[in-house]
Formats: sequence, structure tokens, C-alpha cells
Amino acid sequence: MPLLAIAVLAAGTYAFRLAGPLLRSRMELPGRLRRLLPAATAVLLTALAATAALTEGGGFAGWARPAGVLAAGILVLRRAPFPAVVVAAAAVTAALRLCGVP
Amino acid sequence: MFSILAMRSLWRTIGRGALRDIALVCLADALVGASFGAIAVSGGLPPQAPVAMSLLVFAGGAQFAALGVVLAGGGPLAAVASGLVLNARLLPFGFAVADAPGGRLAARLAGAHLITDEVVAFVLARHGTRARRVTFWTCGLALFASWNLAVAGGALAGGAVGGIGDVGALGLDAAFPAVLLALALPALRERATRRAALYGAAAALAATPLLPAGLPVLLSLGGLALPGARPADGGDPA
Repeated sequence: MPLLAIAVLAAGTYAFRLAGPLLRSRMELPGRLRRLLPAATAVLLTALAATAALTEGGGFAGWARPAGVLAAGILVLRRAPFPAVVVAAAAVTAALRLCGVP
Repeated sequence: MFSILAMRSLWRTIGRGALRDIALVCLADALVGASFGAIAVSGGLPPQAPVAMSLLVFAGGAQFAALGVVLAGGGPLAAVASGLVLNARLLPFGFAVADAPGGRLAARLAGAHLITDEVVAFVLARHGTRARRVTFWTCGLALFASWNLAVAGGALAGGAVGGIGDVGALGLDAAFPAVLLALALPALRERATRRAALYGAAAALAATPLLPAGLPVLLSLGGLALPGARPADGGDPA
């Protein structure tokens, strides 16, 4: 992650944040855009989670990692505390690998 | 003595319950931040990269998104693009809490950097200008401090775990997608969003062997255009 990339991401993010506090008195955001942008966030995060769980270098990552992530997902739905979610993902994956699952 | 008085006034303005909630959210975010620092460093980045990113970008989802693209072997352009798409939601959020930082230009310029999902949620739950302002600054500054300290701590700890072999044997490669899933799931309660996310994830997975790293994830945004998945259509939260 080069410093320039971090700077560009930071500048763009700050612009998104600043628009409201700076322009509120002069303009309003269209309702469609107001609903679309948070939905885009959820879509992108889900796709990232899916590809990071299932793929490695353009191919299938093996069963151990997605199994661990599935266990984490079940814990999230059961409102388990965050550390338990992360530890469960790693523990299930590590245990399966110990048993020879790739 | 002065700080005790200030603390007491803060207590009265925000309320004991909200202060406790803010502390709990800070703690939860600190754990996410620590895992961000640790995952970045154990993935091969120098410790200053996650620390600089957290101070300057200060948005957990986008930081994880950009990191995910980099760890998957994608270029900086794709990393920045996915981070920016994620943070585009801060635009409507900024309009929603525009008055909270205060009227002065300096307050608006500094306060804008503190706008996060969590701050917006806390501010919108309060009524009255003064309560919103105090909540905005208390929650914003507390989150900024706990997030950045945790990322630095995680980066140090990640350096201690070390080699890639350890990461695989300990199952730590599953921690990253697990964190992303934990961030995404609460937003998927709405039916239209859930559909768009499922279509998008399927498209990203199908495209992964074909496209350079980073692009398949951006392709998932196409899911938002499919019938039944547009946020405007799905008036029924299921």
C-alpha cells in the first residue's frame, strides 16, 4: 500500500465527509442517492467477505477457511461478542487444517 | 476539580446510558482496529502503513476493503477505488449530521474527519442542538483515540506473530473475511440490500479466476442494478 494510495483514499474520504457540514445550508442530497450509497457499502463488504473466504490467488482456497468464516457468521447472527467471532473463525479453520482438511 | 465538573456536566448532557454505550462501541471498535493492524502487518505491510491509514482515512470498512485488495495481490488503484466506494456512504451521513460539529468553520473542518457510522447512529438518537453537539464530539474523539491506539497495538502484535506459515496453521487467514462478514451482516437485514449483496458476491466469485485482483469485488456493485435489488424498490424490510 504506497503512501500516495493512502493519501488519495484519505483525501477522497475527507471530501465525502466534509460535503454535508460545508454545503448543508445550500443544497440537499437526492433521496435515491441517499438510499443507494449505504446499500453499496453492504454489497461491497459482502463481496469482499465472500472472495476473501473462498478464493486464494484466483483459485479455490480450500474448505477450512470458508468453514471457519461460516462459523463466525453464525455467531454474528447469534449476537456473540466480536472477539468470540474472530477467535471462532480462526479456531475452526486451524482445527480443520490440523485434521488434514486443506 | 475542573475536569470533575466538566465530567459531571457531560454526564448530565449525554446521560449515563449513552456514555456507557459509547464506551462499549469504543471497545468493540478497538478490537476491530487491533485485528486490522495485526492482519496488515502479518500480510507483509510495514507497521507504519496501517497506522498512517487509520489516522488519515479513519474508516474501518474502507481500510479493510483496501487492505483486502492489496493482500489479494491487487494494484493500488483498485484498492483506492474499493475504499472510496465504501466511503461514499459518508456523503449522505455527513448531510444527516451536518449541524452537529458546530457552526464555526474550524469546528466543521475538524469535525468532518470524525464522521463515522457509529457517530451518526449516536447523534441521530439524540434530540436538541446541545445534546447532539456534545454527543458528536465525545463519541467522535473517543472513537478516534481508541481506534488509532488499537491499530498501532495490533500492528506491533502482528509483527510478533510473524511468518506466513504460522498464519495458516493458526487459521488467522479466516479472521479477515470473518471481520468483513461481521461488518456486513447487520446491513443485510433489509431484503433489497440482501438480494443485491448475494447477486454481487456471486458475480465477484465467478469473476475472480478471470479478472485481475480487486476488480471482481468492484463488479459486485452491479448487483444493485438488478430487479428486486434496487434500494428504492425494496420498501419492505424483511
